[in-house]
Amino acid sequence: MSETLVWSILIPLLGAIVTFWFNPRWVAAIGLAFSLATGSFALWIAYAIGRDGRLLHELGGWGAPLGIDLYADGLSAFMLATNGLVGILISAAAYLYFEPNGDGTGHAQERRAFWPLWLFLWSALNLAYVSSDAFNLYIAVELIGLAGVALIVITGRHDAMVAAMRYLLVALLGSLSYLLGVAMLYGEFHTLDLRLMAELSAEAESSLVLWVSLALISVGLMVKTALFPLHFWLPPAHSSAAAPVSALLSALVVKATFYLLLRLWFGVFSDQMTVTFGQVFGVLATMAIIGGSVQAILQRRLKMMVAYSTVAHIGYLFLLLPLTIPFRGSDTAAWNFDGFSGGIYHLLSHALAKSAMFLAAGIVIMSMGNDRLRNLRGMAHQLPLTTFAFGLAGVSLMGLPPSGGFVAKWFMINAAIESGQWWWAIVLLVGGLLTAVYVFLVLRYAFLPVHPPHFRSPPRRLEFVALTLALLSLVIGFRAVEAFDLLEAGTPFLNAPGGSEGP
Amino acid sequence: MNAVFWIPLLTLFSSFFTGVFIFFLREDQKVLRTILNMLGAIIKLIFTAIIFWGTIFAGINYETRFTVIADIELLLRVDLISLMFVSLSAVLWLITTVYAIGYLERSPHRSRFFGFFSLCVTATMGVALAGNLFTFFIFYEMLTLATYPLVVHRGTRESLRAGRNYLLYTLSGGALFLAGIVWLESVAGTIEFQLGGVVAGAGIADGVLISIFILMMAGLGVKAAIVPLHSWLPQAMVAPAPVSALLHAVAVVKAGAYGIVRLVYEVYGIVFAAQLGILLPLAILAAITIIYGSLRALAQDDLKRRLAYSTVSQLSYITLGVAILGPLASIGALVHLVHQGLMKITLFFCAGNFTETLGVKRIDELDGIGRRMPWSMTAFTIGAFGMIGVPPLAGFVSKWYLSLGGLEAGMYWVPLVFVTSSVLNAMYFLPIVYRGWFRPPREDVWKELIPRGPLETKWTLLAPAIATAILSLFTGLFAGSWLSPLALAELIVLEMYVEGRE
Amino acid sequence: MPLSSEIVFALAAIVVFCLGLYGLIAYAHLVRKIMAINIMGSAVFLFFGAIARRNFDEGSDPVPQAMVITGIVVAVAATAFALTLARRIHAITGETQLPEEQSRP
Repeated sequence: MSETLVWSILIPLLGAIVTFWFNPRWVAAIGLAFSLATGSFALWIAYAIGRDGRLLHELGGWGAPLGIDLYADGLSAFMLATNGLVGILISAAAYLYFEPNGDGTGHAQERRAFWPLWLFLWSALNLAYVSSDAFNLYIAVELIGLAGVALIVITGRHDAMVAAMRYLLVALLGSLSYLLGVAMLYGEFHTLDLRLMAELSAEAESSLVLWVSLALISVGLMVKTALFPLHFWLPPAHSSAAAPVSALLSALVVKATFYLLLRLWFGVFSDQMTVTFGQVFGVLATMAIIGGSVQAILQRRLKMMVAYSTVAHIGYLFLLLPLTIPFRGSDTAAWNFDGFSGGIYHLLSHALAKSAMFLAAGIVIMSMGNDRLRNLRGMAHQLPLTTFAFGLAGVSLMGLPPSGGFVAKWFMINAAIESGQWWWAIVLLVGGLLTAVYVFLVLRYAFLPVHPPHFRSPPRRLEFVALTLALLSLVIGFRAVEAFDLLEAGTPFLNAPGGSEGP
Repeated sequence: MNAVFWIPLLTLFSSFFTGVFIFFLREDQKVLRTILNMLGAIIKLIFTAIIFWGTIFAGINYETRFTVIADIELLLRVDLISLMFVSLSAVLWLITTVYAIGYLERSPHRSRFFGFFSLCVTATMGVALAGNLFTFFIFYEMLTLATYPLVVHRGTRESLRAGRNYLLYTLSGGALFLAGIVWLESVAGTIEFQLGGVVAGAGIADGVLISIFILMMAGLGVKAAIVPLHSWLPQAMVAPAPVSALLHAVAVVKAGAYGIVRLVYEVYGIVFAAQLGILLPLAILAAITIIYGSLRALAQDDLKRRLAYSTVSQLSYITLGVAILGPLASIGALVHLVHQGLMKITLFFCAGNFTETLGVKRIDELDGIGRRMPWSMTAFTIGAFGMIGVPPLAGFVSKWYLSLGGLEAGMYWVPLVFVTSSVLNAMYFLPIVYRGWFRPPREDVWKELIPRGPLETKWTLLAPAIATAILSLFTGLFAGSWLSPLALAELIVLEMYVEGRE
Repeated sequence: MPLSSEIVFALAAIVVFCLGLYGLIAYAHLVRKIMAINIMGSAVFLFFGAIARRNFDEGSDPVPQAMVITGIVVAVAATAFALTLARRIHAITGETQLPEEQSRP
């Protein structure tokens, strides 16, 4: 049973190797098959964890502290499931997006490179979600970064190369900073296992080394998560990649390092989670939301706009920090897991909506030549499904009902009000309105009645994939019970003050 | 899972499914689109009749409850107030659909239009059936989004600007509304509607309750077009006539007014709201809106704009009635919810007919139109007289109860407001009626856009206008019958003031 | 407190790390940036060495050493990839810098 965790890493890795060696003619079909297997397997693991609680596997029979543990609880399961669901759909989109032209030519280079890299990336992502070992996580983070950078350059375009180079340097800097922090943690606790560290840190005195390592780890992972003001590399990188790649970078990759931050913050550094710490991140998150949204509004190209929107929505994720850490009462007051769960639900909703948006942008480029906003005239007429997908995804991002974004926002506002931090509620609401501004800026052009001069019909099925993602981001607004229950499976944060009512 | 669970859901979704189908139709599949449209409208009307019968005569409590997460539920419930709004929407939707099919016969993007049109009605039904604030908000915002493509349907600069302002107002208001709802949920623990209110006696500080009320009113006030939140409404006039008709009579503005009814009667409870001292400011705001809207209407040359400002004014009748403590005022408010819809939709249909048939938009071009289009002008006259409050038309019934309610509550300025408003109504409607019937025809500016047949215009345009005119005539004439909106309003008020006390 | 050797190593590691960071930010040439990253990596490995000493009175802790070896493998792979990318950029544009840093050395 516990080997399932190993297989969640091995299946995509195997897929990566097979697709790398295989005949380019079949690479897409095989890649898609492996994606389906990986995704469904991840969903099955999530289901099993929801049913039975946590899963633990000691690699090679050597447990922590000396060996390496694979460990998954509700939070890991939620991330695995998000990856699985969104991953399958993006794979389907990539299959259609990189389809050869009628004469069998075109996109050969991309097809050849995309599938091994994407499956490799998926393997690294799953590794990040099931590892309980800080150094193993370093490996995962580094692999995610390298695979992500490589995926950006598969189009071979010049701007993509430059953006990828910038991303690579930042990613390497971030992971080295993280590694130095891990080294300090090891010096402090003599173990790399996150759960053992959490147990030890609960008894340990707060020391300078601990704070320094917290700072190094936080900054290192924040750079990779692109939290404002360390976001500068993200918009060019995400917007210059091919649409399916943009989708998976924005939807999945930035979330991985965010997940690690949560693990370390609320697990190992639970004593350092003070009100000030939370408020500081609340301010950074606010800057991300406002700054990212304003930048998005100022953009004149669709993909850049969507990429800046990601910067803003990463801010929403970080808002869960001040919302979870109790604002009033003593330091040992119970964490507010309503705010936490709301933030995590936003992660899922954003993953679905943002991938739909990037795919929609990709379809626009495919059929209308470029993605300048003023060239979008006539889009609603020529590409009704795509316009609809973009609009619905926008609804979810705005946090309007009925959508996953709305449920998330509801919980986060609720947490803000109940903990007496009404200012974060204002941030959430203003952020939603700013999102509305740029979404409707696009729709406004789309509804203008002008026929685009060079129009080429996109694959209808690709439009349906985008629409499916957008619809899913709405549908999850109708039923959140199972997802919230899953987050509680296996009580991810044992150190949570206030006892076992964890998320 | 039984009929009690499914019927509200089916009532809601009958238009949703047809709407989704319509999106995928080609422009030239006219017959299929018409069939789907009519099918959705008729099925909805049948279900509405079923729940009407079931609630009133069989005493069934239809309720659809679905847990979203923890204690937050999607709740569709039929009670007397929702019954009133559901019936109004279902009847008027059927009529408007006929009208819209005729109106948009040759215009582009019809599949898109009717798709969003159906979504719009679905959202209105959801607003009507919502049993708690969470559900209400979901459909309230869905309504905003579904209406936007209808407002900008023509794609002109003017309509895009109107659409932008519409969103600016409604989305900002919606954000405040949401803040209010979440806040209320966190202090009161429940957001379910209940006649008599849920917050009284929950031990919540008055200041908090007043703040929450202001937040929510900001959200509802935008759609209900209360001054100073009204200016999107006259701009939204650029939309095609069926949209304006629906927007002004049933869907958007009515959702706002209906929300105010729910908020005061079923969240705060009217007695408690009066104690809290939030009703008087609301009443004053409503009175200002009534006068202001009428004054602005006087100054408009464009027929649709004049009607739009008239809507601003008339809607606040409902708000004012809600804000007065006392059974008579409450009856007036509830009954005007229906009456205003019937009268205003008639007027907009007629305005649309004039424009479509003769290209007439400005009021001075209406001279003598009664000779060219007697049926439309008759319908228009009935609507206008109703608005002015000439007995025994529908508007008179509303104004009668509202004024008496004001007197009953000791607010002697209230009848004065209604009298002033009626005078102003007369001042901006009577000249139109006079011009239409008694001035020499302006055949020089008429364009004869529709080839003249046996009727003065297409029957699809004429029949709806006449139907709603008859309805607004009958609701006034037979206000005393057991089936009239008045009877239903009296039932609700009886429950609210008498049984609620026990 | 006398400065034991592992403290000296640890402090040296941090100094080297900061030097690398400075190099990464200050120099525009891509090869210099990649070298700076490598210097930072070496600093981290040095730090691991110091930790390995510290945890044991005699001999040294094998776990950090295992990490250093793995880390070196990762660093080599990353460097190779970064250099390839830099060469491709040079081949396409003739530039050896990122566009926003054109004016710097």
